[in-house]
Amino acid sequence: MSVITYRQALRDTLRAEMLRDENVFVMGEEIGVFEGSYKITEGLLKEFGEKRVRDTPIAEEGFVGAAVGAAMLGLRPVVELMTINFSLIAIDQIVNHAAKIYGMFGGQTSVPMVIRTPGGGGQQLGATHSQNIELYYSFVPGLKVVAPSSPADAAAMFRAAVRDDDPVLFLENLGLYNTKGEVPDGDESVAEIGRAKVTREGTDITLIGYSRMAMVAGQVAEQLAEQDISVEVVDLRSLRPLDRETVVESVRKTNCAVICEDDWLTYGIGAEIAASIQEGAFDYLDAPVRRVAMAEVPMPYAKPLETAALPSVESITTAVKETLDAVGRRVG
Amino acid sequence: MADTAKPKGGGTARNSGGRRRNRSGAAQKTADEQPKVLLDYYRQMLLVRRFEERTAQAYTQARIGGYCHLNLGEEATVVGLMTALKDEDYLFTNYRDHGYAIGKGMSPRRVMAELYGRSTGVSKGWGGSMHMYDTEVRMLGGYGIVGGQLPLATGAALAVSYRGGDEVVMCQMGDGTTNIGAWHESLNIAALWNLPIVFVVINNFTGMGTTVDMASAEPELHKRGSAFRIEGVKVDGRNVLEVRDAAADLVERARAEQRPFLLEATSYRMKGHSVVDPAKYRTEEQWAEAKDEENDPIAIFAKQLTEAGVLTDELREEIAASVKEEVADAADFAENSPHPDVSTLFDYTYATPVANESRRMPADPVFAE
Repeated sequence: MSVITYRQALRDTLRAEMLRDENVFVMGEEIGVFEGSYKITEGLLKEFGEKRVRDTPIAEEGFVGAAVGAAMLGLRPVVELMTINFSLIAIDQIVNHAAKIYGMFGGQTSVPMVIRTPGGGGQQLGATHSQNIELYYSFVPGLKVVAPSSPADAAAMFRAAVRDDDPVLFLENLGLYNTKGEVPDGDESVAEIGRAKVTREGTDITLIGYSRMAMVAGQVAEQLAEQDISVEVVDLRSLRPLDRETVVESVRKTNCAVICEDDWLTYGIGAEIAASIQEGAFDYLDAPVRRVAMAEVPMPYAKPLETAALPSVESITTAVKETLDAVGRRVG
Repeated sequence: MADTAKPKGGGTARNSGGRRRNRSGAAQKTADEQPKVLLDYYRQMLLVRRFEERTAQAYTQARIGGYCHLNLGEEATVVGLMTALKDEDYLFTNYRDHGYAIGKGMSPRRVMAELYGRSTGVSKGWGGSMHMYDTEVRMLGGYGIVGGQLPLATGAALAVSYRGGDEVVMCQMGDGTTNIGAWHESLNIAALWNLPIVFVVINNFTGMGTTVDMASAEPELHKRGSAFRIEGVKVDGRNVLEVRDAAADLVERARAEQRPFLLEATSYRMKGHSVVDPAKYRTEEQWAEAKDEENDPIAIFAKQLTEAGVLTDELREEIAASVKEEVADAADFAENSPHPDVSTLFDYTYATPVANESRRMPADPVFAE
């Protein structure tokens, strides 16, 4: 077992996949000579050369679409979008093309590609660089959207994404790159896309999150354990397909739930989860399902404003305690 | 005659040609060709014409739904371009794709069945008019979003180049496409990475109703590759042999030189933008141009072939009868083909099955009891 960063897990796995399959190549802005804005592709140009580590012009629609076209002919492109905010420039190619080509032509040609991209606020990047818009893609049949929260999951889910024959949006997070976790030595496990994971068992309340918020949910659970509150944490891991069963099974056990999300509340991922809980666990609920989400403003730059707008350990803890209050399990 | 815009050196672009062909030159060229080949082109063009007329008829009879754009008036462009490609070359087009589908080798039966939305259609009834696709003949799609096919075709050319293959990609589009971002991004990438692709602009002088002059600051579209150092050629799209020669030249140069080229072919859209468009925005003069037999590629070619002694009255009737029969057979095949079974609704969402895929019908609960 080694303890490595999320960044290292991604980089090592990407490299291993490139060694395993010569159809795998990477493409994106500043990924070669510059070695990636967040250094996921560090050293790869030197090792694999320009053919397989392709610096692109600043043309998201052009190079994401080119990846779709290359995938149609059987290559397995891994495209890096510098941040998920820039995916909006490529959204026609992602939603109208990558997601449609397999179905629209009656299953003749699959599109085996991965779009890697980080979301995340909290870096004082202002309104256009702090969004979490994975919902836009999670909404679309034909796409798969995964959002691992730990280094081990990042590695196992990246393997799954590269080997999958469909377009996979692989959501990373600026706040996760430097986080560390245990990864088994020589691990070559391939995660099953579409499965959530109970990352911590508990009995009092279910806390649901994905990507960075799954990690934060784990921190909240850790702290509340010291106050004898037993929190079960569900890491969604996959936003499409969505594993409603695992969520509902947990809520049927704990009878109440708080959803943590880094996106905006109205119409957000949490709304879908809450709707699923009411439909799958209506008779089991002892309190309304709560959502902790970003304040509904364009993200401000100034640190106090930005901090106030983002969900945090404190705000999630408050929502958990208020929910337990509502259930009648008064806690300190 | 081809009108070439060279990106470097400047001043070599001419735009005087293209609209009026050189008749004596064409007649000479026709005389040098194999009659069998010429008659095959003529038959293919007539097949596209009659197929599209039958399509329009079936549309008005509500056999065909959705949007429906016809290749009427573009038969020389379609056949000229398709005969310039080898079987192994790839084709991407926009939504005006029926003729290209047939020209690249799809059977008219399966194209018509796709229009009818039947399970025997090329895309099993999932695509319809705008989405003809057949991996067998390497027609990798008609696309309904203007400009959407350009990045895809560029990526296909990247895959060919990545593998060191010998194929060329042809990417067809309309004149309006030259103003969208995907055009600029794709041409830049294709030139930057030396990709074997020929971008073909069918200039029928109007988008839907917006003329090229209204939409393009540089209305000489073949010159618009110069920003990317892509050589552009303009050709009279009413003349099948000129189109074929210009296209074949660029296709073979793309193959040999591993770089992109641009071809502009002018043509006349004989009807509205789509089947349901009466084209009221057209002036009397524009209608006269579109309907003028001088601009009808089939009439032009028939005249050339007759003058060259290749097409006799007898042959003309024979070809007309065989085309009529083939189109009727395609329509019968479509009419008698089964609709897709509703049980196949979830068969093509994903190529790799994964856990928790939704197979919920509209009124189903999220959780089955």
